[in-house]
Amino acid sequence: MDIFLQQLINGIVLGSIYALVALGYTMVYGILGLINFAHGEVVMIGAMVALAVIHALAGVALPGPIIVLFGLLVAIPACMLLGYGIERVAYRPLRHAPRLAPLITAIGVSIVLQNLAMMIWGRQYIAFPSLLPTANFSLGEAHITGLQIFIVLLSTALMAALIFLVQKTRLGRAMRATAQNPEVASLMGVNTHQIVSLTFIIGSALAAVAGLMVSAYYGLAHYYMGFMLGLKAFSAAVLGGIGNLGGAMLGGLLLGIIESMGAGYIGPLTGGFLGSHYQDVFAFFVLILVLVFRPTGLLGERVAERA
Amino acid sequence: MKFSRPLLFTLATITVAMLAACGQEAPKTPAASTAAAQELVVKIGHAAPLTGSQAHIGKDNENGTKLAIEEANAAGIVIGGKKAKFVLLSEDDQADPKTGNIVAQKLVDAKINGMIGHLNSGTTIPASKIYFDAGIPQISPSATNPKYTQQGYKSAFRTMANDVQQGKLLGEFAVTRIKAKRIALIDDRTAYGQGIADEFEKAVVAGGGKIISRQFTTDKSTDFMAILTAIKGDKPEVIFFGGMDPQGAPMAKQIKSLGIKAKFLGGDGIYTPEFIKLAGADAEGAYASLPGVPLEKMPGGIAFRDKYKAKYNMEIQLYAPFCYDAVNVMIAAMKRADSAEPAKYLPEIAKTQHDGVTSKISFDEKGDLKGGAITFYQVKNGKWEVIETMGGAPAVAPAPVAAAPDKEDKGHGDAGSAGYK
Repeated sequence: MDIFLQQLINGIVLGSIYALVALGYTMVYGILGLINFAHGEVVMIGAMVALAVIHALAGVALPGPIIVLFGLLVAIPACMLLGYGIERVAYRPLRHAPRLAPLITAIGVSIVLQNLAMMIWGRQYIAFPSLLPTANFSLGEAHITGLQIFIVLLSTALMAALIFLVQKTRLGRAMRATAQNPEVASLMGVNTHQIVSLTFIIGSALAAVAGLMVSAYYGLAHYYMGFMLGLKAFSAAVLGGIGNLGGAMLGGLLLGIIESMGAGYIGPLTGGFLGSHYQDVFAFFVLILVLVFRPTGLLGERVAERA
Repeated sequence: MKFSRPLLFTLATITVAMLAACGQEAPKTPAASTAAAQELVVKIGHAAPLTGSQAHIGKDNENGTKLAIEEANAAGIVIGGKKAKFVLLSEDDQADPKTGNIVAQKLVDAKINGMIGHLNSGTTIPASKIYFDAGIPQISPSATNPKYTQQGYKSAFRTMANDVQQGKLLGEFAVTRIKAKRIALIDDRTAYGQGIADEFEKAVVAGGGKIISRQFTTDKSTDFMAILTAIKGDKPEVIFFGGMDPQGAPMAKQIKSLGIKAKFLGGDGIYTPEFIKLAGADAEGAYASLPGVPLEKMPGGIAFRDKYKAKYNMEIQLYAPFCYDAVNVMIAAMKRADSAEPAKYLPEIAKTQHDGVTSKISFDEKGDLKGGAITFYQVKNGKWEVIETMGGAPAVAPAPVAAAPDKEDKGHGDAGSAGYK
């Protein structure tokens, strides 16, 4: 039971990170019908910028969490700028091109960003200095660290804020209108270009937070870290129903939990026939199953709620 | 990958065309052609992951190789009556077996005289067939999977003890030194990780230990909470990881955060400064092994470290000294054969007796390093410190287990001293 609880905790923490990144994919898809494959790289840049600031401030006599906060405060605008830039340079000129064209530029941007990061920060792994308190709580035999609790709480808060933004504000209404029909929205006085830019900017800000979380949680950052994370988060978005905010969160959490449970129990359940290296196979098998029976993903049919 | 053949064909065509063009130009300028005739261009191939998650280790290999080549050029070596000019052709194999074969073919088509690499066992083993078929001598500095030299390829050598040697001593170390009975295994499913974990498992079982759990991950993962939680339930005393530092470091962190008390043990893949930097305080107490005796104990070891640092302005990551030795072994064989023709100097590599930076290098009939010693290290106060050196007997097979309790006296001298400063 303790093991089960621990696996559940592992899954929820992993899942909240996936969910936060998945939101970036799903927001852009909801509005443009475009899969922004460069989103994983925005997460990576967020982590890198934050770490650069943190390392620069490492000698300063400030409490650790304040230094990390400074890192975040620089990384968020940097990523917002990057997200805006990506949209202007790589996607806007192709707004009326065939759907394949922006997909290819998205992959191109992703490769460019990876190589750029490699040139700036090098091939080395960048360590996250131990600045954060290392509180460790035990629930019976299961352990949860302060950082894990913080990750889950912050992700939840950000997701709630985003939902509020989309559902309750004027800006959110404009976003929903643009998602439903960009032409009609622009006839109604919505500046759709601006809305698209804002979507990228908001998604990138979330990516910056996710980047810092991931590097703090695993203790490292690397120019290649965005690739796998992006792929998993994208899968989470598809699982939940891409284009749907709630779906991205549900998908992220589910994927995290399925992965943890899969890795933990697949061996014993199959009598050692399949090992924990099948954890990804297991996760993607669930994804395929869901898509076979619900091609739009778990929450995919509520198109009106697209952001 | 579908395009590889046409692409290579195109590359080959271009190369041929360019060579032909050079050939046509040469007779017009007799002075230049005689100068070229006095200079022998020797192309040394190198392949390692220069991008991706192991790029830092791959670059380190390239640096070590480059250092040896530049020194050889500065030394003005004469082969076959001509001044030899060594040229490095370095390729990025991305630690991917498919890409590894493509770059191997590319290097063979570029008519390299010898090959240093690859870094990973997973790329080295399939690529070794390509070099063998082309008759090109290959020395891998770091591929430790036994299979590499067991395929019967006369062209394959390595300057590092293989996993049979290393894994076996690691297993003995866990049972006799750490005195663990319940041991959990994790490997990254690469040829290296899986190979060393298998050998480790055999040695543990032979030594009376018990493998209570075997888990798997990949060489791209950073999250091991799930498998570590599964392991935790089995209450291990030691967790052994067959893999590299990008996984080893976060794994060490997660072991601590889950409140697992077991000791963390790994092979040469985690013996890097990077491991300590990334795992921070959680690296404390981790064990790792590295084939060879400590750098500080080698004649020229410290000189090499200083040279490397002066040139590249960073610490040696891992295999650079082994690459440096591999190049020097190859060049020494060329000198003895007085030829850079692969077919002519290949037999000389097999006869190597070279005082390298890492050890005294000689090969057995398979191309494996003879009598590779293994040194064990532990992280103490944020530094890898030498625990002891095991093995190092002249035979290929490491010293028998029976002698284990008094191995401190048998090691490569100075066993147990904390001489890593």
